[in-house]
Amino acid sequence: MARDVTPSTRPVWKEKPSAVLSSTKAVVVALTTAAILIPMLVVISTSLASEDQILESGGYVLFPTHPTLEAYRVLFRGPFMIQAIGVSAFVTAVGTALALFTTVTMAYALSRPVLFGRPVLFGVLFTLLFAPGLIPMFLMVRQLNLLDTVWSLILPGAISAFNFVVMRSFFMSIPRELLEAAQIDGASDFYVLWRIVLPLSKAVVAVVGLFYAVGFWNAFFNALLYIQRRTDLYPIQVILRSYVIRGDSLTADQLGVSQVPPPQSLQMAIVMVALVPILLVYPFLQRHFTKGVITGAVKG
Amino acid sequence: MMQVTTGMPQQPAPALDAPRPSTPARPRQRSLRARFRRDWRMLVMMVPGVAALLLFFYIPILGNVVAFQDYQPYLGIADSEWVGFGNFVDLYSNPDFWNALQNTLILALFQLVLFFPFPLALALLVDSLVSTNVRRTFQSIVYLPHFLSWVLVIALFQQALGANGLVNNGLRTMGMDPIGFMTDPSIFPLMATFQVIWKDAGWAMIIFLAALANVDVELYEAAAADGAGRWRRLWHITLPSIRAIVILLLILRIGDILSVGFEQFLLQRDSVGAGAAEVLDTFTYFSGVIGGNWSAGAAAGLAKGVVGLALIIGANKLAHRFGEPGIFQSRKES
Repeated sequence: MARDVTPSTRPVWKEKPSAVLSSTKAVVVALTTAAILIPMLVVISTSLASEDQILESGGYVLFPTHPTLEAYRVLFRGPFMIQAIGVSAFVTAVGTALALFTTVTMAYALSRPVLFGRPVLFGVLFTLLFAPGLIPMFLMVRQLNLLDTVWSLILPGAISAFNFVVMRSFFMSIPRELLEAAQIDGASDFYVLWRIVLPLSKAVVAVVGLFYAVGFWNAFFNALLYIQRRTDLYPIQVILRSYVIRGDSLTADQLGVSQVPPPQSLQMAIVMVALVPILLVYPFLQRHFTKGVITGAVKG
Repeated sequence: MMQVTTGMPQQPAPALDAPRPSTPARPRQRSLRARFRRDWRMLVMMVPGVAALLLFFYIPILGNVVAFQDYQPYLGIADSEWVGFGNFVDLYSNPDFWNALQNTLILALFQLVLFFPFPLALALLVDSLVSTNVRRTFQSIVYLPHFLSWVLVIALFQQALGANGLVNNGLRTMGMDPIGFMTDPSIFPLMATFQVIWKDAGWAMIIFLAALANVDVELYEAAAADGAGRWRRLWHITLPSIRAIVILLLILRIGDILSVGFEQFLLQRDSVGAGAAEVLDTFTYFSGVIGGNWSAGAAAGLAKGVVGLALIIGANKLAHRFGEPGIFQSRKES
């Protein structure tokens, strides 16, 4: 049996599951997997499907018989999709860099016994329990003259208490002696953070960075709230909402083509644009958090 | 002072040596200066984070004063007229507010009751899978939807369950009437809960899995030796061992009860209608930002925040009463 070679053997005290129980488990696993993966498969297939096949199936297809990239070609011809991807990419890149910087410095300072450490820590953790509210946030962003700028999508997300907690508890698990030894040798706090703590924390920095990146890429409501006139600053999620969920139709004019491919493939191509980056980073993200970075932090 | 420990009780809180209040004034001042000299670099490092918190959390909290004003954008906070609790009184007689509140509570209750068993069941299932490969692959798949945006999730649901979606097309070809899964207000609470389960049950499982991995194997072994079968071990060992974490997560959800997925409902308010999909957050958005009634929106938002905070503190107190650690402990300064 294959089970004998894998490390996952059944402990001796555990009875063999009955046929009913193990087949029930298999069915649940299969159904859950299907419920998650089939909708995504349909997105990919429909975005690639030909017009004939979509008409024939009445909307969505499970497997494209004559795959075509026409929908993507049309989508990327007009400016609006390129603009949206550009905005989302910029917000994600700059936002992640900024948020990581803020989180790392703050988490490091508060991982040590430091002057004013306790009230500041409380100040961060309180944000987990209460939210200032949407109207005051809007008024603040307007007061700072950030409305209708790309910064309104970046600055309010500059620190997340959850990611801060993950980072800080990792920093606190680094042996104190290591840092103290460096400081006795005359290293400053900046040096210790940059040369000792960060190299030891690559995994947690990677996972927190990916969390931030996914958050910025997925952010939808703040754009709806803070971007009012500059439609060229709409990120991909707002585009997705207008053309896929609300079903605003893309006109031939907007796309710059005379013949528009079937709306379903265009819509699913837009869904793919929002989905693919997540699918690309997901394996890295998953590898790190299953290593226990998150679970360790959640327990600590 | 509140000490927030995001999890299990065994880890002691970090020793942050705050100056004792009983120390005489003079030496304390000197030590403060000495500590400042020692720590100034750390304080510099806190500046970006503290600035972000002040600008986008604490100062906006003060902005909630507009809930007590008749706020006019051209006058600003300084010159707008103060109306005391007038906005709250108006809310009290506003049927739209009560509708939003009622929907919020219904949706929250559905989620609290229906969502909760899924992550736990999934965790027990994954924990019982013997093959490492199956377990890993399955975990990767069920975590994935957590990382999709709500816009994407709703788009996927529409494509599967919408009027022209996969399921309804299938029903039509079989000669049946299509079902308005995504538009029928009467099943909306169920549908919304199902969406939350699809998106987040896998992710919520992680914490249970970690708790399950911490259960002492010897307990199982001893119980099995004493003749306890699989279900009795589940009932008498597994569930009691993870009770603390289950209660912790329940508290967190209760505290979050009024913040039922904002984007989720905003996105479906068009198709389902405000009657079923208006929640407190969308009410705040539509009456405040869209309708221009800033003060009413802010009042609804503030009421929601305060009640949410009260709920989380109350749930935590309740957990203490039952002898559970909860999420934070009130500690007296020594």
